[in-house]
Amino acid sequence: MNKINRKVVRTEDLNFWQKLYIPEILKGMKITIRQMFLPKFTRQYPEEKWIPPPSFRGRPVLVEENGKERCVACGLCSRVCPALAIEVQAAETELSKERYPVKFEINMLRCIFCGLCEEACPEEAIVMSKDYELTFFSQEEAIFGKDKLLMPIDELKDRLEFLRKYR
Amino acid sequence: MDILISLIKIIVYLGVLLFTVSYLVLVERRVSAFIQNRIGPNRVGYKGLLQPIADVLKLMIKEDIVPKLAYKPLHRLAPIISIVVALSTFAVIPFGDKIVLFGQEIKLQIASVNVGILYILALTSIGVYGIALAGWASNNKYSLLGGLRSSAQIISYELSMGLSIIGVILISGTLELDKIVEAQSGWRWFIFLQPVGFITFFVSVFAETNRLPFDLPEAEPELVGGYHTEYTGLKFGLFFLAEYANMITASAIVTTLYLGGWQFPYLNTFGISDFWLSIIQILTFISKVLIVIMFMIVIRWTVPRFRYDQLMNLGWKWMLPLSLANVIVTALIIYLVE
Ligand code: SF4
Ligand code: SF4
Repeated sequence: MNKINRKVVRTEDLNFWQKLYIPEILKGMKITIRQMFLPKFTRQYPEEKWIPPPSFRGRPVLVEENGKERCVACGLCSRVCPALAIEVQAAETELSKERYPVKFEINMLRCIFCGLCEEACPEEAIVMSKDYELTFFSQEEAIFGKDKLLMPIDELKDRLEFLRKYR
Repeated sequence: MDILISLIKIIVYLGVLLFTVSYLVLVERRVSAFIQNRIGPNRVGYKGLLQPIADVLKLMIKEDIVPKLAYKPLHRLAPIISIVVALSTFAVIPFGDKIVLFGQEIKLQIASVNVGILYILALTSIGVYGIALAGWASNNKYSLLGGLRSSAQIISYELSMGLSIIGVILISGTLELDKIVEAQSGWRWFIFLQPVGFITFFVSVFAETNRLPFDLPEAEPELVGGYHTEYTGLKFGLFFLAEYANMITASAIVTTLYLGGWQFPYLNTFGISDFWLSIIQILTFISKVLIVIMFMIVIRWTVPRFRYDQLMNLGWKWMLPLSLANVIVTALIIYLVE
């Protein structure tokens, strides 16, 4: 049998009132009007902000502990980053065998928020924050240096705890 | 003096109508947002009340793009036809009985044409030119399809619309709209005397105003934007305005023909002074029109769009026979009663 011209067989025929269509429309309107009085889902964004759960991957930041970054400039994050967004330049500290990043830059236009840098870091020095508001007016502004990347550890407690629990 | 009064009436009515149209857009957006559990535009001004002004300003500032291959004169003319027709239909609609202001008796109707209904039918038929010409002159296949659909749709539904009105004319025995309203004093509204005629007329009104469920001429998912795909800026704004003006006019016609116009049942038995009587009548008319408009908006978010064949099926196989039968039955009853 020709598949396209097959007659559609309804399992249940519409009764007379349903075929009239108008009572059904009125019923539908009742549902529509009821919807108007239900609570709204809209969030008034700039005033009312969404606070993400700890599992959220916002912009990657450097953990700042006792006024210093934890990062030891091993360069693993930079190696693993699939988007080649991270640039680290190491330098030595006064202590022997210790290094710190003189330059740590993440190009936020390249970052894809995959969280691989966070996974690769041996020091838990780079983690994904809850910050999702990223706007810039130029490409230069989008390259975040250490000044913008450092974030005190207190603000990152949630995420660190989450990482310890689930990683 | 008469001319002056007419001019004042025209200015007042144009102002009120344009104001209502622009706010109707806001109302529709807010109501549809509420139906979808959203809030809708609420940023410009208090609770978004200045949104229409922002919209109009935006439309005026926008670049006016005319496609290279468009037929320019008609491309320019089409939105003008649409808006002129939409606004001038309102001229014959009585929005109150009479009001005495400064010792002058003023009839609350701009033009008391003795063939008022014919005038309305004629103008709504011209309205289709705006859409069809816009579709054709844009030189775009989607626009053309939209324009053609609109002409086919309006022609098919005009028949049942005209036939349903005949029932009203038979009962009231006149083509003048103010007389028709007068004939509906008390509870003798034609919606109760002509229920079938009301339904066929109302459905045809949806088709004539291109409102969902019959908005095939501008079906966004199928035709991009239909006949106004190639319009930008103020010209698009005119089409938009015309659409909503049409909606108001259509609701006003429905109110006048079937819902008793400005009649407030048994109002003159309450013993109110003449001036307040007229005011209440005007308010009655406005609120009736608003109720019809709200009904149209809620219907829009309830019923999905018809397929084209379903539309034609409904028009020719159901609406036309129904309205014809309505005319015959009405005529028979009137013949037997008299
Ligand atoms: S989140 Fe992914 S893309 Fe972004 S800096 Fe880390 S590794 Fe690179
Ligand atoms: S992986 Fe960690 S410690 Fe190594 S450079 Fe990146 S942030 Fe610093």
